[in-house]
Amino acid sequence: MTTPVAMHMSDGLVNSPTALLFIGIAAVGVAVAAAKARADLDDRTAPMAGLVAAFVFATQMINFPVLPGVSGHLLGGALAAILVGPWVGALCVSIVLVVQALVFADGGLTALGANVTNMALIGTVAGFLVAVALRRFAARGKSALVAVAFIAALVNTVAAALGFVLEFAIGGDAAFSLGGVAATVVGVHVLIGVGEGIITALTVAAVAAVRPDLVYLLRGTQRPLELRERSAA
Amino acid sequence: MTKANKRNLGFLLGFLAVALVVAGALSYFADSDPDGLDHATLSGCQVVETDQGERLDGSCIAQNAQEHRLGTGPLADYAVNGGEGTTGLAGVIGVVVTVILAGGLFWLLRRRPAKE
Repeated sequence: MTTPVAMHMSDGLVNSPTALLFIGIAAVGVAVAAAKARADLDDRTAPMAGLVAAFVFATQMINFPVLPGVSGHLLGGALAAILVGPWVGALCVSIVLVVQALVFADGGLTALGANVTNMALIGTVAGFLVAVALRRFAARGKSALVAVAFIAALVNTVAAALGFVLEFAIGGDAAFSLGGVAATVVGVHVLIGVGEGIITALTVAAVAAVRPDLVYLLRGTQRPLELRERSAA
Repeated sequence: MTKANKRNLGFLLGFLAVALVVAGALSYFADSDPDGLDHATLSGCQVVETDQGERLDGSCIAQNAQEHRLGTGPLADYAVNGGEGTTGLAGVIGVVVTVILAGGLFWLLRRRPAKE
């Protein structure tokens, strides 16, 4: 007997005004991301970005065990941001969440704003800020890039979980202690973040091994001569 | 087609193949335990299997959760028409839908080179 796979916030976990508030926040965030994403999209990166979204969808299906009776899955914001940039990355995760809510009944419809805010906006931005802060280190070599991807992804997962805590603090059922909910949600997402970090590091390493020019984070860190040689090959 | 374009296409097809294998095959090995968020919202409850489905005994946040409004859709819960063992097919459909939707949107949004 398999239990229905539901991975994101359902409707009703926070009250309607809060759900509405975060639909507004998500809409503004996605609009800003769409406007900014244009600069990062061209004939070469647009197809890559489409595939990054598809890869995030696929990988989110793979729940891995983190504790007895508890699983976790990739959220994908840091991964997408490292590969295609923060704006396009936020759109990638948003599209995945919309497809999951509308086609796979995963993640509530009124909760979509909160889910997008947490995973596509907060998680992606947090993960990308960490990656950018460590960009010079990441450019030093393969193991440095892998380490940065791991840390960025871990931060992305925990930040997204904090987004849920924020929403629950604003409009959750007051019968439950916020501290208790926060401790459980954040605690388990630190463990999930380790898994997210490993998957992100492996994926970024694989892409960087064959196409370092398609890793957004490494743009501008490689010597132009090297780049020219590559594209001519 | 130039050599660089060929190489680009090869990489993209390889990436797509990986996504399809992950969603279509690896998904059968996914852990079916509640994920981190579900675990937290179920905290305080016991899940009891009944003929009508699952019942939550005790007191937990998940009791506030509503049934999904599209929960009877043809691909709900990552199964094709609720069929046992169709997770992989549902996953493949999801990858195809996502790549078309996202790829299409990004293609429309992209900067076009200035006409010469």
